[in-house]
Amino acid sequence: MKTTYLKALGEAMARAMRADPDVLVLGEDVAEGGPYGTTTGLVEEFGAERVRNTPISEGAICGVAVGAAQSGLRPVIEVMFIDFVTLALDQLVNQAAKAHAMSGGQLTVPLVLRTQGGAGRRWAAQHSQSLESWLTHIPGLKVVMPSRAADAAGLLASAIADPNPVVFVENKTLYFKSEEVPDDVEPVPIGSAAVLRAGRDLTIVALSRLVDESLAAAERLAGEGIEAEVIDPRTLVPLELNAIVESVKRTNRLVVAHEAVEHGGFGAEIAASVQRAAFDWLDAPVERVGAPFSPVPFSPPLEDAYVPGADEVYAAARAVLR
Amino acid sequence: MAFDARAVLRTMWRIRHFEERVGQLKRADEVHGLLHLSVGQEGVAAAVCSQLRDDDPVYSGHRAHGHAIAKGAPLDRVMAELMGRDAGLCRGLGGSMHLVDLSRGFMGATGVVGGNIPMALGSALAARLRGGDQVAVVFFGDGAVQAGHFHESVNLATLWGLPVILVCENNGFAEFTPRSAHTNVERVSDVVAPYGLTRDTVDGNDVEAVWEAFGGFLDAARGGAGPMLLECLTYRLRGHYEGDPAKYREAIAKADWQEKDPILRLQRRGAAGGWFAEEEAIAIGRETADEVEEAVRAARESPFPPAGLAAELTYASPPGRSPEEPVRA
Repeated sequence: MKTTYLKALGEAMARAMRADPDVLVLGEDVAEGGPYGTTTGLVEEFGAERVRNTPISEGAICGVAVGAAQSGLRPVIEVMFIDFVTLALDQLVNQAAKAHAMSGGQLTVPLVLRTQGGAGRRWAAQHSQSLESWLTHIPGLKVVMPSRAADAAGLLASAIADPNPVVFVENKTLYFKSEEVPDDVEPVPIGSAAVLRAGRDLTIVALSRLVDESLAAAERLAGEGIEAEVIDPRTLVPLELNAIVESVKRTNRLVVAHEAVEHGGFGAEIAASVQRAAFDWLDAPVERVGAPFSPVPFSPPLEDAYVPGADEVYAAARAVLR
Repeated sequence: MAFDARAVLRTMWRIRHFEERVGQLKRADEVHGLLHLSVGQEGVAAAVCSQLRDDDPVYSGHRAHGHAIAKGAPLDRVMAELMGRDAGLCRGLGGSMHLVDLSRGFMGATGVVGGNIPMALGSALAARLRGGDQVAVVFFGDGAVQAGHFHESVNLATLWGLPVILVCENNGFAEFTPRSAHTNVERVSDVVAPYGLTRDTVDGNDVEAVWEAFGGFLDAARGGAGPMLLECLTYRLRGHYEGDPAKYREAIAKADWQEKDPILRLQRRGAAGGWFAEEEAIAIGRETADEVEEAVRAARESPFPPAGLAAELTYASPPGRSPEEPVRA
């Protein structure tokens, strides 16, 4: 059936709540559906005890979710913009991520923190960031970042079932894209990559919004006789590195593309891991595509120039093919 | 619940001996890390936790030994944890500031001041949504009251009417600085007044007063009311941490301390009131000192944890599945 990324997420939450009375949703305006409508309809079906509007208190919301998870619930919290995750980091990084290990395995924190990032809406520097690489640096957190509606639904089901804290990073420009999704969405295992286009000449590993941009670049390259393989890791932690390495061993060239600032971005981690695992197979230095090292600008032409897209991926592909 | 003077005295002595021994073992480099002792404040932990059930979730902060012990954590396993041993409560991965004993409902201490408060709300919410009558309790110092988490949590707990009791141990010092240098509001119970919270301030070194005030709150919370805040005025006999020269304040005179000491006070009160004979109090002190020695001996026998333990426990495995490969990040 045709659906959107947004509706697929809402359906995934509803299915999880029907199956397990311990699943609850907390966040600012979630009973009203939130700013995009992701949680629309949940309060009508599950009631205000399980679909809880909260004050604008990200630290407390995340802390409540940690405590609730340690006491047996499976909270799904929504942090409206990934930029606001800054306010919840103590609870996420110091408490949730470490509770299992610090307690010698006694505590588990099965919580999902849903949030969304990315530029493109003229929302300026505090509502447009891509901060996922921060979270990949924290042992104990899993970080999921799907680009497809079916993957979003399938990974959210897996994230809710997971006994660990999972940060689920959505992208605001993907929400309303219409997509074909199977009626019965299967859970997607956390830590499995997807090859979205097969190719022999180079490998493009792309995250979130850059997946479509990379597929567009691959299409342009195909018109020039170059076959690019496009891989969506879908999960950053744990990363299915083997899928990328196996591809690079066939194509010998790698481009890594994400919307986050290139400097210190997750692309650096992928590039370093691949060069260690497949140094002898690489025929060119790994190219990275990411945003420049500045805050996201507000002015429309500046924002458009700031956000990397198919042109930048194409140029990087041409660079590794030289 | 009627005041159980003997049980409270025993718990206070257990904590006192334990922590004084920890202070010695720190100087001997047998226990490790940042150690924050609660010597002088034992009355609050004992009077509160003695009235709780094992399934009532309790959270604490960096000064947590007394709360863990009062909630029933075995002395040998707490001591082994401070020594970094495999037999420790947290297998040596947590240490002094991160004690957890899930089987006793001691949900955890946190080293980040104030970070434990919203977590206690979460456990209270879980109790309510699952239809239980557990009451969550969180201990924190007056220093935490100036943290954002405190205010967010008091607001949310009140808004949702959660069965949680916030127990503030106001020892007058936030780390090295007197309360007056941190805030203009002297009483923590006054800070929360606008939220409409049920609140009280008691002498935290008068264990009977703490018992009565907390017991009243507990009965109400058990019946579905909440939240409440109990401020216990107390005194931290030692520095902020072991090794703190505490140059920021004058040492208390011995005679003054004997007046204040919650243990000596209860012993005087108990003897005068005929609650127990003086010999019985002395016996309790001696028995608990022996328990602590036995705990030290047992803890010393435990090996250090295996080298790969932190990596193995970084992620939890789904129930019924063998441990996952350590996640390569």
